Amino acid sequence: MNENTYHPAVLRIVDARDEAPEVRTFRLEFVEEADRARFFEKYRVGMFGLYGFPGAGESTFCVASPPTRERYIECTFRKVGRVTSALQDREIGQTITFRGPYGNSFPIEEWKGKNILFVAGGIALPPMRSVIWNVLDRRGEFGNVTIVYGARTVADLVYKHELAEWAARGDVALTTAVDPGGETPEWKGRVGLVPPVVEAVAPSSDNGVAVVCGPPIMIKYSFPVLKKLGFAPTAIYTTLENRMKCGVGHCARCNVGGVYVCRDGPVFTLAHLETLPQQDM
Amino acid sequence: MTLLKLSNLSDLAAALQAQGYRVVAPIQDDAVVRLRSWRPGDTVRIAALPVNSPKDFLFPRCEAIGRYVLDRDGFTSEDLPARAEKTVLLGIRPCDVAALAGLDSVFAWGYPDKFYGERRAATTIVSLVCPSADDDCFCTSVGGAPDSTVGADAMLRLCNGGTAMTFASMTEKGKALDAVFGQFSSPGEAAVDPVAEVPVLFNSEVVTDWCSKSFESTVWRTLGLACLGCGACAFMCPACHCFDIQDESTDAQVDRLRNWDSCGFSQFTLHASGHNPRPDQPARWRQRMMHKFRYFKERFGRVACTGCGRCGRLCPTGMAISDVCREIARAEEVR
Repeated sequence: MNENTYHPAVLRIVDARDEAPEVRTFRLEFVEEADRARFFEKYRVGMFGLYGFPGAGESTFCVASPPTRERYIECTFRKVGRVTSALQDREIGQTITFRGPYGNSFPIEEWKGKNILFVAGGIALPPMRSVIWNVLDRRGEFGNVTIVYGARTVADLVYKHELAEWAARGDVALTTAVDPGGETPEWKGRVGLVPPVVEAVAPSSDNGVAVVCGPPIMIKYSFPVLKKLGFAPTAIYTTLENRMKCGVGHCARCNVGGVYVCRDGPVFTLAHLETLPQQDM
Repeated sequence: MTLLKLSNLSDLAAALQAQGYRVVAPIQDDAVVRLRSWRPGDTVRIAALPVNSPKDFLFPRCEAIGRYVLDRDGFTSEDLPARAEKTVLLGIRPCDVAALAGLDSVFAWGYPDKFYGERRAATTIVSLVCPSADDDCFCTSVGGAPDSTVGADAMLRLCNGGTAMTFASMTEKGKALDAVFGQFSSPGEAAVDPVAEVPVLFNSEVVTDWCSKSFESTVWRTLGLACLGCGACAFMCPACHCFDIQDESTDAQVDRLRNWDSCGFSQFTLHASGHNPRPDQPARWRQRMMHKFRYFKERFGRVACTGCGRCGRLCPTGMAISDVCREIARAEEVR
């Protein structure tokens, strides 16, 4: 007899942190040890889950913590609709539902010894944070780590304490930026949109891979910059989002062309994306 | 040769029911013939094409896939069993049988669906060699045939002018019904009735090829203008499998429901942010065609259309998928 794919695990909120206006991080522990073990057996960075609360439904977003932290998972999400509002109403000690991990992952085992550039905008740092921490938790296996992260305003930057932690490390090159007008008098980072900031930072593409995640417009203008810096389309990775219900390829909602974001993605190389119909994204 | 009299169908249904089967058959329901569970007193209209498809009984319109009991500050979740009654689908046409193969592929893909899978395993398909087609039928254009036995556990064929039937079982499940069918059969001479004539309207390979290179065609815009987005085509389609998941709750309990959905609906792909990758009806119609004739074929090796013609019969604006395919194929062949 098959198990019920839709029967979720139950996670308890053990910590909650406000990151930016309407953006919150939960640290979550599996109530059942068997669910925890099963999750970490499959989980690789880039995979996603469906987080839910009965009565509100389920919503798809990334797992923001790396598989190297095996006691818990973390997620960071903005309050946008019914499900994310219901989730943000939950407090420490209370429980939510979770299905996953689903989807493919970033091939970080192939990145050993390579230099890695992370380019993120706004609320799209969370899907990349799991990769960043995965790499930093295994720091010796990878080359240079460069992070360029921008948001609309200083307040919109997420993981502010972790940005400070990365900035203080000698083995990470971090550049932060805010859009013009988004700075405060105390702001010490750059002022500018992410693509030109990447161009100015000009990280070497030599033996490198680039991981890009952000709003569609940022991604669109970052690809040409990365190509100009010499990154091949096969060495540029991003992660797509589309509305999902099942998460396992059955509800047929998340197609981009013939590709199922839930099964074939969410991680894609630029080389693959270029073969897909842009209008479907 | 043994023959089953048409007048014995109700007795046969009753006998199957007595053996613990739910019998789903085309039944006269007011002015229409509908597939539904047979009840004593129902008239089985075996030769008529039912308005609905057997999809309803394997992948129901609405089904609870989870249950949560709410308490003051949380919930407890219940794992729901699949309601998988032992079922005979009686007198199902080959087009509808073919569509189940597509559903089988989807619901087994990577994460076998417990609800569909258990019901499917408990289902025996007794199909019927198709005796009559109308102008909307086009099974022969999409790889089917009115006398196809593919996917059936047993097959009925009308004979002697529609007054009797032959029964032939092909699989273990089908053979399990031999005794019951035998009980209502008697020796006789059979002159088999002619098979429905279904002319080939288009070459589906040509349509698939065209779809592979025509994402940006202006055809979608023209087609989309006529579509109201009502979803009747998808709901009545035996092969469409898109679904939504919604919670239905009281203060005490939440049922998580899986409901049919349609790529033609405006909210199907709408993000919480307001962004919609398929913002208008042309984009949605393109998805419908592309999914059926290209994406599904790429993924599962068959098109997600079996030529039953229900979409054409039901569309309030007369948009038959067969007309669209015929137009595409004709334009391609002229090129």
